[in-house]
Amino acid sequence: MSTAISVGDAFASRRPPSMASNTLCIARRELRDALKSRWFVLYTLAFVVLGLAVSFVSAAGTGGTGFSGFGRTTAGLVNLILLVVPLMALTAGAATIASDRERGMLAYLLSQPVSPVEVLLGKYIGLGASLLAAISLGLGACAVILSWRGGVSSPQAILWLAGLSFVLALGMLSVGIMISSLTRRASAAVSVAIFVWLTLVFVSDLALMAGAVALHLRIDELFALSLLNPLQVFKMWSLHAIDANLDVLGPAGLYAVEEYGRSLHAIFAVWLSAWIVLPLVVASVVLARKSPL
Amino acid sequence: MITITNLVKTFGRTPAVDDVSLSLDQGDAVALWGSNGAGKTTLIRCVLGLLRYRGAIRVGGIDVRRNGKAARMLIGYVPQELGFYDELRVDSAICYFARLKGIPSASPAASLQGVGLEGNGGKRVRELSGGMKQRLALAIALLGDPPILVLDEVTASLDALGRHEFVGLLRQLTGSGRTLLFASHRLEEVRSLARRVARLERGRLLRIDDCACFAPDAQHAAVLHLHLSADERMPAIRALAAGGFSPTLNGTGILVPVASEHKAAPFRILADAQIAVDNFEVDAVEHSSATPEPGGGRRKSSTPPDSEVTQ
Repeated sequence: MSTAISVGDAFASRRPPSMASNTLCIARRELRDALKSRWFVLYTLAFVVLGLAVSFVSAAGTGGTGFSGFGRTTAGLVNLILLVVPLMALTAGAATIASDRERGMLAYLLSQPVSPVEVLLGKYIGLGASLLAAISLGLGACAVILSWRGGVSSPQAILWLAGLSFVLALGMLSVGIMISSLTRRASAAVSVAIFVWLTLVFVSDLALMAGAVALHLRIDELFALSLLNPLQVFKMWSLHAIDANLDVLGPAGLYAVEEYGRSLHAIFAVWLSAWIVLPLVVASVVLARKSPL
Repeated sequence: MITITNLVKTFGRTPAVDDVSLSLDQGDAVALWGSNGAGKTTLIRCVLGLLRYRGAIRVGGIDVRRNGKAARMLIGYVPQELGFYDELRVDSAICYFARLKGIPSASPAASLQGVGLEGNGGKRVRELSGGMKQRLALAIALLGDPPILVLDEVTASLDALGRHEFVGLLRQLTGSGRTLLFASHRLEEVRSLARRVARLERGRLLRIDDCACFAPDAQHAAVLHLHLSADERMPAIRALAAGGFSPTLNGTGILVPVASEHKAAPFRILADAQIAVDNFEVDAVEHSSATPEPGGGRRKSSTPPDSEVTQ
């Protein structure tokens, strides 16, 4: 075995690539693949077209009058973002690891000098960058239309909306990747992701309303429960950031502003950050422990 | 170069590899021999650090469990079938894996030339044949000139000609001080490439023979490789199992060990079950004391018209 050890020593002088290098390499590949994916292009096109429609209609409806006009546009755009961005991020995340596992690519990738965490982060960063591109394109087009029609007087508002949309996208991407790491087949992973999307968009709102009526929830309990849904957090945060009040959300919104005031930003930031970090941690643990086959 | 000590891998309660110890020095070439389910692929996956295991594996002195990434720097791996990004161009695929191996300056043209794929750099991976994909996988495995090659039934999905060419290519690579660990069902591959043969059965290492003395003590004279469409494979396995055979899934079809006097019987069973065989090969398993039977285990059967024979 002395020969073996000396050969091993000789090759030990060539170090494996750093974590950052491998992560960026995988991220670039993932970004290129995502931008070429027809689903991604379709989602982005739908986002741009619907965003432009909302902008046109809102600006026309208000006669293009300043920030209050944009308040109405904001509500339309927020609802559009709530529908499109989570669906895009969840399905992109859900498909990524499961499809690689299904065709043997994950095992092949991990048979190279690459660690599971590098694969996970690379995919996350690559897909995150593609989502940023889609959001920038969609909201950028809306901003151009609104500026042209005089519908937005504060560039800050659209920047807030874009930034928060990206944070929401990152959270939903984390959830999608967690689903993907737990699932063997890409079709099953995407189905679960769509179920999660439906639950977050429609079912949780209805459940909250039903719970409020049936269980006579107090206003603080209602607010606390609404924080469990990242889409609600995004909605409250964007309305709060742009309009500084949550009147449109009714008593729970009024309660939140009165009770927490300026610290609402921190509360929303912590909750959405948790939606980004926790599913990713779960995915990395699963990927490190579960066979890539 | 590779030291495996008391390796145990279980799936649930079923042991896939059971207390295997094996050591390969530099330049050694060891074939893992055994039927499907013997533990060959699982052992290879443990060496690559793809599976969690008990026991110890060191590659070039590096503990695979603790530092898998560094251990895999020493290994070039070719899987049974390359599951790849189909839309990627061949050149880009090589550059991508070269970067992951820390060799960003690797030349795709030189890598492709080394495996006889020159002029194919601009093609997309999906445009390559099965044999060409395996050559691409070999080109990727050889990036950075790793001291160890690990091959997992690399010719299982190739036709006879592709297999012959690929084994020829591998022969050129052995004998240059590179250590080779490979799993195979095929006797001709083992005879061409191995110096020693590690016999595995139900996860246990039975013994290690010098290749010159190796003779598979087979109770079966041949293994039929039946190529079937994906949706016919499970019904075919059920029908053959009901007929007293022990078929297993493999690559693009199923493997059926058969006695020399019963090589046509699986075809009769499948015909009765109305299952179409697209193609087949007969891989002979030679006894050390066997006398050639009339026509041998390598004769083309008359049943399906589009068949080929392994030599």
